[in-house]
Amino acid sequence: MDHFPQAWGRPRDDIYGSYNPSYLPHNKGGYQAHPNGQPNTHTQSPIVTGTSVIAIKFKSGVVIAADNLASYGSLARFTDVKRLKPFNKKAVVGFGGDVSDMQYLDRLLSSLDVQENYRSGSSGHGDEEAENRAMMSAKNLHTYLSKVMYKRRTDFNPLWNALLVAGLDEKSTPFLAFADLLGTTYSSPTLATGFGAHLAQPIMRRAVPDEEASQNLEREKAVEVVKQCMKVLFYRDARSMNVYSMAVIDENGVDLKEDIKLEAESWAFAEGIKGYGTQTV
Amino acid sequence: MAALSSYTMSSSTPAFSFQQAPQTSSAAGGTTQHSFYPYTDNGGSTLGISGDTFTIIAGDTRSTSGYNINTRHAPKLFRIGGDGPTHKNARIVLSVVGFAADGHALQERLDTLVKLYRYQHGKDISVHACAQRLSHILYGKRFFPYYVTAILGGIDEEGKGALYSYDPVGSYEREYCRAAGAAASLIMPFLDNQVNLKNQYEPEAAQGLHKPQLVAKPLDRKTTEELVRDAFTSAVERHIEVGDGLQMMVITKDGIEEIVSPLKQD
Repeated sequence: MDHFPQAWGRPRDDIYGSYNPSYLPHNKGGYQAHPNGQPNTHTQSPIVTGTSVIAIKFKSGVVIAADNLASYGSLARFTDVKRLKPFNKKAVVGFGGDVSDMQYLDRLLSSLDVQENYRSGSSGHGDEEAENRAMMSAKNLHTYLSKVMYKRRTDFNPLWNALLVAGLDEKSTPFLAFADLLGTTYSSPTLATGFGAHLAQPIMRRAVPDEEASQNLEREKAVEVVKQCMKVLFYRDARSMNVYSMAVIDENGVDLKEDIKLEAESWAFAEGIKGYGTQTV
Repeated sequence: MAALSSYTMSSSTPAFSFQQAPQTSSAAGGTTQHSFYPYTDNGGSTLGISGDTFTIIAGDTRSTSGYNINTRHAPKLFRIGGDGPTHKNARIVLSVVGFAADGHALQERLDTLVKLYRYQHGKDISVHACAQRLSHILYGKRFFPYYVTAILGGIDEEGKGALYSYDPVGSYEREYCRAAGAAASLIMPFLDNQVNLKNQYEPEAAQGLHKPQLVAKPLDRKTTEELVRDAFTSAVERHIEVGDGLQMMVITKDGIEEIVSPLKQD
């Protein structure tokens, strides 16, 4: 089938002039990609962006949260954008940075999930344990994503995101790791991207200073700390919002809530702040 | 479908259905700037010292971006070769400091090549050959370098400790000791003095202007480990990008011994 414009039947050349071929593929006479003989250009800066993602590992799983705002510069443009993407029963990805790149990665992950499910030959009946073992873990997913990110930065065509992968590894122990547009990766009991690295990370590290502390942390306490952090971020991050998503991943699967309202907001504490906050008189 | 033939494209002289030339982004004629910089510095420091029968490679475990601490545990030391993902029976260690993502990519490539060598030749690669291979990998990306300073350690074919240091584009040299990374300028002079005995003279033998230099001898393992610890505890005091944990790998003919100990977290 010839789907190129000259086969459409109209507009007629004798009335409208011939079709502008610049948009066609190069082998069909297109020349759009090099308007002035200049090189192809890629994303040079993010456009519609999401702010921080934060996460804590606890005893048997991971809590991860991100608000539902997508900003266009300083404009709060879209207020119902879900930035936590569940992959399977074992993994959730939280995206900060460019929203269109997030949506691209989400499509990529959807197709990956389909492929994986065909490959493991899940028949839908029986042997759930074997199926569970063959399922891609959060660790596998993080390796995959970090390689995609590193490849794209090496091609000078980065996916402008900072992302957290939260879930369980192949031994069903809690897993949490970071990857960003440069392909940088690291792992820690508490992680935060963007503004959260400045505002939420100190609060989370006070509750969970090391790996040992996270192995003793109860789920309720982890959720409470994350909620506290989301409040601090709403108070002090100008590109944040008071409605957010939070997911808890443990051996029972993913528990995702996508419109949590911030509770008990109050600026009363501000009255006590003098100077830089350490001043007492 | 015969009508189609009349709708041919004129590929040589493009005509437009609108009386306007196509708009391009740089009407002013200026060039578009790439604002994406593909590197970052993740801080940290590494060092290696080789002895008569061993090589020690060490690195701190802090990862930074700017004034932020990404994590307190990000190893910069990697076992190369050996069996499977656990590197069982490996005898070579690579340390990388600089841009951590490049460091990881480099480590993965070298590990694959070393494993491939064993598969193809039926014997383990020598440190000498591995060192040259690493240089070639780095130089292969001469015009888009892996932004890392690498140190490679192992045991050579005579059973002696071997240590090789690199620059980001593959220049390399075998040495007795080398510090790399953020605190290299703090640690290296200390090593020059304590390992190579630079500026140390025979205490008794001074006669007039003649002062005989002390001659450097290979250190024993205990002294070396103590030097490494001292170097890092001192670097932690004066460099903000160094701290959290000290990872040491001691390579002997019997294998690799890994020691992780705490450093100050401030």
